[in-house]
Amino acid sequence: MKPPAFDYAAPDTLAEVLALLARHGDTARPLAGGQSLVPVLNLRLASPGLLVDLNRVTELRGIRVDATGTLIIGATTRHRAVELSPEVARCNPLLAAAMPWIAHVQIRNRGTHGGSLAHADPSAELPAVALASDAELEIAGPSATRRVAANAFFQGLFATALGAGELLVAARYPAWPARRRCGFIEVARRHGDYAIAGVAVTVDIDESASVTATRVVLFGVGDAPQRAHAVEAGLAGAPLSAATIHRAATHAADGLDARSDLHASAEYRRELAVVLTRRALEQTLAPRRADAT
Amino acid sequence: MSATCRIRLTVNGLPVMAAVEPRLLLADFLRERLELTGTHLGCEHGVCGACTVLLDDAAVRACLLFAVQTDGANITTVEGLAPDGRLSALQECFRERHALQCGFCTPGILITAHALLVENPTPTRAQVRHAISGHLCRCTGYVPIVDAILAAAARLAANA
Repeated sequence: MKPPAFDYAAPDTLAEVLALLARHGDTARPLAGGQSLVPVLNLRLASPGLLVDLNRVTELRGIRVDATGTLIIGATTRHRAVELSPEVARCNPLLAAAMPWIAHVQIRNRGTHGGSLAHADPSAELPAVALASDAELEIAGPSATRRVAANAFFQGLFATALGAGELLVAARYPAWPARRRCGFIEVARRHGDYAIAGVAVTVDIDESASVTATRVVLFGVGDAPQRAHAVEAGLAGAPLSAATIHRAATHAADGLDARSDLHASAEYRRELAVVLTRRALEQTLAPRRADAT
Repeated sequence: MSATCRIRLTVNGLPVMAAVEPRLLLADFLRERLELTGTHLGCEHGVCGACTVLLDDAAVRACLLFAVQTDGANITTVEGLAPDGRLSALQECFRERHALQCGFCTPGILITAHALLVENPTPTRAQVRHAISGHLCRCTGYVPIVDAILAAAARLAANA
């Protein structure tokens, strides 16, 4: 189990990265944290001609909040940095709640925010959080930079809107409304293993605690994260209560694309979808401690 | 074969210079080039945790890094936890509590536990279990490992 031979470049600037990707086309692969790519290389499931290491490009790393309250996370920011960031805890409590579920700390010390989003593993937490947060993905290309909404970015199994020669450079999470609550939960055989099923939710309420907007996103179930539109419709306009949640959550498997694999049957995943949706929504009944401060 | 790259790094406090092929994994570099065979290789795809080392004080998988990426970095392996040949308090606690049997997983777990205690000198049992969740041990059932890490935390606090 040794990777095939490849050439290696470790440029210092984004411009150099983009030039290398443009020059080498499909044979080049960006290397961020490597926590998904290197296993694929070790197992010889891929054999790129050139790895373009992003780890020396300082402009791709960091967490900041702009004047509109948008949380901007650079593509090569380590998971561990996001997990421990006070800005993330304040500006997107859903993302903060999801971080400890991502693999194990040894992986989070190296794995990157953009790497996980661009890899688009169906079991990954961050695509679901991005979708539930209405995040935008910032993409740099040979000639221009563009932004793509999360719901257009994730296109299926390991498939994204990233085109030839393009690189995901940052994720942008819009400002968190004052009355937004959230929930996050997943099931895996061992904590930190790939999720068999998981749910990320946001619930916006008005002064009288009626639901004004929701996002209920299931992941690990099908080829890509999916919104449970029937659950969202069941919550809309209703008072946020245990009764509302229990009634709405029963629709979590309606129209759900669920797969069977070695870890679980589609039937089990559909059952988990209902139970986990209820539990994630129950987390919104009380504000998180971080929400209150 | 692709061109070799020259790297300079620090391993267990000592400067190292080498020419490496880009595909050489850090774990293989440590074991075969530097003969630091305390870093074990189990699964070679980031699941088992046996190859865990410190990269600039953070516990990482040495099977998911290329040696060429560690140019300028500071690496600590299990050999670096006992530089003068005497066991650290953590290692002593592992021995006393029978926290190892075959020993294959032990170097990786020691590195993770060392990093945990540096970051959080007074972890709860739950925090210890969470920290070592990325390591597979097929002998001990984990309970003696958790006990040993908690005992080491208490001993380090008492000696501080």
